[in-house]
Formats: sequence, structure tokens, C-alpha cells
Amino acid sequence: MAYKILQKQELIPGQTSLVVIDAPQIARKAKPGNFVILRIDEHGERVPLTIADKDPEAGTITIVFLVVGKSSAQLNALKQGDEILDVCGPLGKATHIEKQDTVICVGGGTGIAAMHHIAKGHHEAGNHVVAIIGARTENLLLFQCELDGFCPEVLVATDDGSVGHKGFVTDLLKKRLEEDKSVGEVVAVGPVPMMEAVAKVTKPFGVKTTVSLNSIMVDGIGMCGACRCTVGGETKFACVDGPEFDGQEVDFSELKTRLWQFRNQEQESMEHYKKECCCGKH
Amino acid sequence: MGNTKPRSPKDAGPRTPMPEQPADVRAGNFKEVALGYSVEQALIEAERCLQCKKPLCQKGCPVGIDIKGFISKICEKDMDGAYAVIRESNSLPAVCGRVCPQETQCEGNCILGKKYEPVAIGRLERFVADTFMAKNACESITGTQECSMTQEGRKVACIGAGPSSLTVAGYLASKGIPVTVFEALHEPGGVLIYGIPEFRLPKSIVANEVAAMKELGVEIKVNWVGGKTVTIQDLQDQGYDAIFIGVGAGLPRFLNIPGENLVGVFSANEYLTRVNLGRAYDFPDYDTPTYMGKNVVVLGGGNVAMDAARTAKRMGADSVSIVYRRTQDAMPARLEELHHAIAEGIEIKALCGPLAFNGDDKGNLVSMKVQKMCLGEPDESGRRSPVCIEGETETVPCDMAVIAVGTRPNPILLEATPDMELNKWGYIKADPETGETSIPNVFAGGDIVTGAATVISAMGAGRKAAMEIAKRLL
Repeated sequence: MAYKILQKQELIPGQTSLVVIDAPQIARKAKPGNFVILRIDEHGERVPLTIADKDPEAGTITIVFLVVGKSSAQLNALKQGDEILDVCGPLGKATHIEKQDTVICVGGGTGIAAMHHIAKGHHEAGNHVVAIIGARTENLLLFQCELDGFCPEVLVATDDGSVGHKGFVTDLLKKRLEEDKSVGEVVAVGPVPMMEAVAKVTKPFGVKTTVSLNSIMVDGIGMCGACRCTVGGETKFACVDGPEFDGQEVDFSELKTRLWQFRNQEQESMEHYKKECCCGKH
Repeated sequence: MGNTKPRSPKDAGPRTPMPEQPADVRAGNFKEVALGYSVEQALIEAERCLQCKKPLCQKGCPVGIDIKGFISKICEKDMDGAYAVIRESNSLPAVCGRVCPQETQCEGNCILGKKYEPVAIGRLERFVADTFMAKNACESITGTQECSMTQEGRKVACIGAGPSSLTVAGYLASKGIPVTVFEALHEPGGVLIYGIPEFRLPKSIVANEVAAMKELGVEIKVNWVGGKTVTIQDLQDQGYDAIFIGVGAGLPRFLNIPGENLVGVFSANEYLTRVNLGRAYDFPDYDTPTYMGKNVVVLGGGNVAMDAARTAKRMGADSVSIVYRRTQDAMPARLEELHHAIAEGIEIKALCGPLAFNGDDKGNLVSMKVQKMCLGEPDESGRRSPVCIEGETETVPCDMAVIAVGTRPNPILLEATPDMELNKWGYIKADPETGETSIPNVFAGGDIVTGAATVISAMGAGRKAAMEIAKRLL
């Protein structure tokens, strides 16, 4: 059984796209924080992607992905009505959501979409959700409308100041933490340097900080340990122990190193793909 | 009948050798090492069987195959008949003929082996299964069995599509009970697909066995994770009469030594899954990459360590060594695998215990430090355990290390089923006779009950559970 793409939207042309996939058995079970592993075709690799949203009644899940390598480029070449061979999930531990006064959800780049599902979970639990989102410039911001739909506050930062605060999400976060003592938790999803910076900002405030790690994975069900990371001095598997961990405990520099381990093969794969594309094989 | 003549062990003659790819050729390819008997070789080997009145070989088989029965059919040149005899007790004969540790099971019990060489039962089993599969398995199976689902009102679910679950599914389907198998990965077969390499067990063999099972009416759903996509409770709610859990051992163990998360250090599960399930040996034609170590160290002494070492050799490593803290004779790997590995140029560094992995400033593995060991005084059991030789360490240069020191229970299904009782090691507690867990009509078998063991012992557990399920449902 293949999984049909019911909707495809290029959020940032050539860079970031959204697909709505028909996967009722996953939609029924998906919770904030969960991810799926998908494989495009018989020759494909298993790719972990966070679930950005779900609709259990329609039987669909929404995935937002950044085009970085061969698999994501190939996924981006698919259109509405096309099929993905394998979609497996929901995987990973769901976000631990408890009643808080205020929860700040920080998202950067594609991570905003993943953060959106977590923010929604906190909102549905009755928490006051402040979303802080950032990008280089205005037209690279994702999911602002969706977040506006349920978050009482959405704060925006852009590097160039084209909209919102000129600077980083961490500037807005720091200011908010200084002014607002009701914040019970900060959640951050985005590029590793951003999550690392968020943890650094929250540390002096002693506020619980949750980050969602995007380690390299193979099976996504605990079998291989490719996604292992050091948290609080112990080795953890992002796929079954996470993907969310205490930001103060994560060894971010190890994570960054491990994310690069297949860099050469990733380039080779991309070149191979481009060559095949030119020959009209895909 | 070729088997009525009286025989004596001394007339049996030597064991028929297995044709193999030469070591220097096979170390450069992923094709199967053992090539299989020809009809002539199989007949000669089958004639060696003494057809004992009280066959001990059958007692040594975890699924209790009527071994002398199928060998007798080979002597009669009735290969379909031989296959039917094996299939009465074994759902995956082509797999078992290849990967079972026969030397400690059937062949280990063979009377001939007391003084001479045992009958090559595994090779004969493989010959029968391959001969049968070659002539369109599905048609033959459905021709000899009533393939219509006669027990329409019943249904059984299996979680995991490895050896134990497939055994349950094959057995129950042959009894007319509809079975649905839920597999987490994208391909059924479990360890037969992600773990055991192509050169030991070709994927096509597993695919044939699975196809034969589908032909019997077994439904296999891939990408369904037990405990995530579907829970035990869901299956009970959906009216499954019995549920069998065969999800395998799970999480790889690491060594807890410094440098374990350096780039270049892998679990055997990751390395083998990339190469086997992901077909990384065909990268970039297949998308899954793997690390191409030039100097590879493998830690461990079991079959998985042998598989990882031999895979690394085939992936183009200049040197591969297996580091093991005990002596070579104490390695739990099958002798055949160890011999194959050595013949392919893999170095065995016995009596070396891992101390640390060393990296460069970019976080890449460059060497590992090992502790030299020697055998100490015999302990209470009379075994001499390895002890450290104080101050004697060695630095082994390596750009890739593969850790093959076993597994621990996978938490996914267990966490989603908090009512199910576990044993003190965290595996599922199951009745040794029936396989039933603490939840009525929920059964378990294979590595998730015993911890990492063999394909055939998982199949034995599957068979016990399947027989119990059939007894209750029919």
C-alpha cells in the first residue's frame, strides 16, 4: 500500500514544501512531538520527518520539509496525487504536556512547522502559548497564520528586520523571560545552533527547556542507535528516548558533528540524482 | 526404497563437502558464499543417513523436523515429498538450511558424528527447499493444501515479521486460520532481512518464503509499528482471537567506554541495516549511505560480529580485525562463520578488551585502545576467565568500529503495554510450554522473550505458540 499526497504546497519555492499525506492509521495515533519515517520508492532511504499537523477525521498528516539533499529534492519533485511508497509512524515519544501558566514555543526555519504541532498541544491543554518564530527575512517565515489561529501571542524576529524584531528569536525570548515570571516551560525546535542558543538564554532563568533533536536515523524504532546523542552524560536514542530532551543536558556539539557524518555521501547522492534527472530518468 | 538396506556407520563414507565461492573471489562480492548441493551430491549425502530406529537428530531440532523422513524421501528422489515432510514442522526451510547452528542441534546429535562425520542435514534441508522453490513454490503449496480460508470466523494477529511470527503465520494459515502480520519496517523478514547479510542468506530466499506464505492467505502489513501504529489493546478491540508478539530483541548495546559516539563508531545493527535493508552496497543507486571504513575493528565474538566483519571486507576495507576479550575457542559464533571470516582475511585479535575510542579534533575515529588479557585461574565452573595484564595496552589504528556485543529489550511495545509482565531482564515473561504472556490469548516468542538467540530457536517458540493457538481456536 502506498501513501497518496493529497495536497502539496511550496511554502518557499525550491526550498521548503508542505505535503498532506493520506495515512489514516498514523493520523489516528499522532500526537505532538511525534515523527514519521518515509521512504519515497524502492531505492529510497528512510527519512525521519516531524509531523507538523494531523487530521484524524480526514485521516491525514501534514509534513513540512526543507530541501537539503537527494531524498528531500526527490520528495519535492512529487505532486498532488503522487504516492510515497512507505510512511511509518507515529514514532518517538510524544511531547510531555502538563498544565502551565505560560509556555513559550520557539521555532526557527522549518522547525516552526514542527513546533506548531507542539504549540497546538499546549494550547489544547489550556496553556497560554506564546510563539516566537524567526527567519532570515519575511518571506521565509512559515506557519505564521496557523499559529495566529490559536496562539494569543505570536512574536516575530527576522535577521534583516523586514518584519518584527530585527535580530534573533533569542533576543525576544530573553526579553520575555525577564518581564514575565509566569513562564513554566520553553520549547525550541529548529536548527541546532538556535536550540543551543535558546538553552543558553533560558539557563539563568532556571526555566524548563525542551528541545527536539533531528539526529540522523535509520529505522526510527530503536534498533540501530544511529540517532544516539549524549544527554546528561548518558547515551540516549533520539528515536525511542526522545526526540525531545532537556535542552540544558544535551551535548549540542556532539550532535552537530554526528549530523555531518555522511556529508560526502550526501553530496555524491545529490550529484547522482541531478545526473539522472538530466537524463530524464526521474 | 533406497533406505531399507542395513547400514553400518563405517560404510557411510565421508561427508559431502559444500561447494563454495573461493575465498579470494567472494571477499569482493555480496553473492552467496555456499553454493548448494547438486542433485548428485544431495543423493550421495542422503545415502549416508543410517535411518536410525530412534533418531536423535530430530530431538536436537527445536522445531522437531522428521529428519530421517525427509532424507529418506531424497533417497527416493521424491523432492516434493521431502519438502512436504520438512514443511510439516518448519515454515522457513530455505532459511534454516542456511543459518541454523546445525552442529549444536540436529547434526550435533547425529550418531555418525560420534565416530565419523555427521550427515550434512542442514545442507540437505537447504537443497530440498531450494529445489522446491525453484519450481514455483506457491503453486505447489496451494496444490497440496486447501488454501481457502476454512476458519473464516477466526483471526490471529502477529506483531513483527521475523522468524517467530512468520512461523506462527505459516502454521496457522496452513490450518485455515486467517493471520495478519504487522511489520514495523518496510520489508518483512525481520533479522533475516536487516541483519543476516546477502552472502549468507540471499534476500530472494526470504522473499520466496514470504511470497509462499502470502499465497496461503497470510496478510502482511508493513510500516505498522506494534505499540505505536497499533497496540495490543487495539487488536483485542478489533476482535483478534489471539495475538502473537515476535518483535525481536531490539536495542543495540554499547560498551560505555570513552569515544563511543565519535563519527565512525557504529552498532552492528546500524551497519548491517544500512547495508542489508538499505542495500548500501549499491549506493548511490540505492539512497542509503554507509561509512566506508578502510581499517575496521569489530567488537564482539558472535555471529553478528562475523557478519559485520565480512560485510566490511566486501565493502572494500583494507583491513578488518575482530577484537574479542576471551580466546578464539570461546567465541559464540558458529565455527563455520569463524572459518569463513578467517579464510576471507579477517584478523582475530583474541584476548583484547576494548578500553577507549580515540578521535581527531573533528570528532572522527582514528584509533582504539585495547587492554591485553590473559586467561586466569579456573573459576568454580572450571572455566578460565580472561583477566587484564596490568599495564599492557595496544593502540589499534582504525577509521571505523562496529560494536557487536548484543542487544537489550526494545521498549516501544513494552511501554505501550504496561499490563504485560516482564522478566528480570526486561524481556516478556511467557509460559515456556505455550508462549502465553500474562495477558490471556496474547503470546510471545523469539528474542523478545529470550534475549538475542538464534533464528531456529525463535521459530521453535513460534511453533509452540502456534500449536497452542490452533488448539484453542479449532
